[in-house]
Amino acid sequence: MSTSWEGPAIVLSARPHGEAGALVSLLTEAMGRHPGLAKGGQSRAQTPVWQAGNLVEARWVARLAEQLGAVSGELVHPAAALAMEEPLTLAVLSAACSVADGALPERVAHPESFHGLVRLIVSLTRAPERAPEALVRWELILLRELGYGLDLEACAVTGTNQELVWVSPRTGRAVGRQAGEPYAGRLLPLPKFLLNEDAAAGPEEWLEGLRLTAHFLERDAFGIHHRPLPAARIRAQDRVAALAEAAQLPKPEQQEPL
Amino acid sequence: MRHDAIEHLVGMLAKLPGLGRRSARRAVLRMLQDPAARMLPLADALTAAAAAVKPCRVCGNLDSTDPCRICSDPARDQDAICVVEGVAELWALERAHAHHGLYHVLGGLLSALGGTGPGDLSIQPLLARIAEGRTREVILALPATVDGAATAHVLAERLAPTGVQITRLAQGVPIGGALDVLDDGTLAAALKSRRAV
Repeated sequence: MSTSWEGPAIVLSARPHGEAGALVSLLTEAMGRHPGLAKGGQSRAQTPVWQAGNLVEARWVARLAEQLGAVSGELVHPAAALAMEEPLTLAVLSAACSVADGALPERVAHPESFHGLVRLIVSLTRAPERAPEALVRWELILLRELGYGLDLEACAVTGTNQELVWVSPRTGRAVGRQAGEPYAGRLLPLPKFLLNEDAAAGPEEWLEGLRLTAHFLERDAFGIHHRPLPAARIRAQDRVAALAEAAQLPKPEQQEPL
Repeated sequence: MRHDAIEHLVGMLAKLPGLGRRSARRAVLRMLQDPAARMLPLADALTAAAAAVKPCRVCGNLDSTDPCRICSDPARDQDAICVVEGVAELWALERAHAHHGLYHVLGGLLSALGGTGPGDLSIQPLLARIAEGRTREVILALPATVDGAATAHVLAERLAPTGVQITRLAQGVPIGGALDVLDDGTLAAALKSRRAV
């Protein structure tokens, strides 16, 4: 007797195992984050399949459900290859995969995080210029599904939804401009694009969003395991911070025509 | 029951890549059948290599001279440095006789899983080599994987202020490769990297 499953999955990570195999971590809709041993995972044919961020049709087989099991996969969407050219897109893809790999518990279904990550991966091809924004939105979904959701509907002090500009770093609830003014230095800025889908967002707003989710990921999702934020997530935020800094620099003045 | 020395030798050989215990046992048996011709020269060669081979202080290649024979060869292009992940990749490029310049061994790739950050790679020595002023081009010959691409982006950023030309290897259809058997990612990369004929 053996146990098995098959279905669409996102490759979160793959590390070499022995000379030819790879230990892969997958995110699936029904099985959650699931590990498996890909025999020949380091081979020329399989290396392109087991790149973090790729969407695959996976099949997992084991004698007992609690075993590591053997996994095989067929590439459905080569997100990693498509993102490699663009530093920001690749940084976002790597950050999302490493956050999911580190924050989600093993073999527990988290369907919203799975579908959110699929949407994020597809959006990297369709709208790569909004990649950091998509990452922030997905991290909010992940936090909510893990039980650390932020409440951005109304001001925690006044109860109104007017001019919500901050988030309390302690409770994760939105705070209005007037109520939060005396504590402005201690509150986390709330970027407008999280309240209004159509609001224009640039590197500064992306950075605010990434700092907001990083605070709660670090404190709640990773903090309870006494682990720091993944290096790939920190690098993605650093990259956006560099973009925000460049955006703030005054543009060189155009020379007057002679 | 086998002698401990034989089992120890089999165990030592079986730790090497490409050799399991079965292959190691065959190799040991072959050596033991003629120790004077096969075993003692091998032991001498191993001892000599362990004593003589060191990492090159310039590029990180393994050689019995320091600087290595590539770095100290005046016939090679001194203005092009090819950056590779490890010595295995350097040897692969040398086998192909495709690059006639110098090399720089990074000593790994950025890896979130392995916890390798930019500080763990040989980036500062590369910048120091470029600062000497002889380098015109840096070729990033890194693997076409997520870690390889992330490392290439970080290197490109660090090298940009130096003003040298930064190039990377092409990605796409391998020589002799039929399109219908290529994976989607390689095909997409090949289309992106298309050029005029």
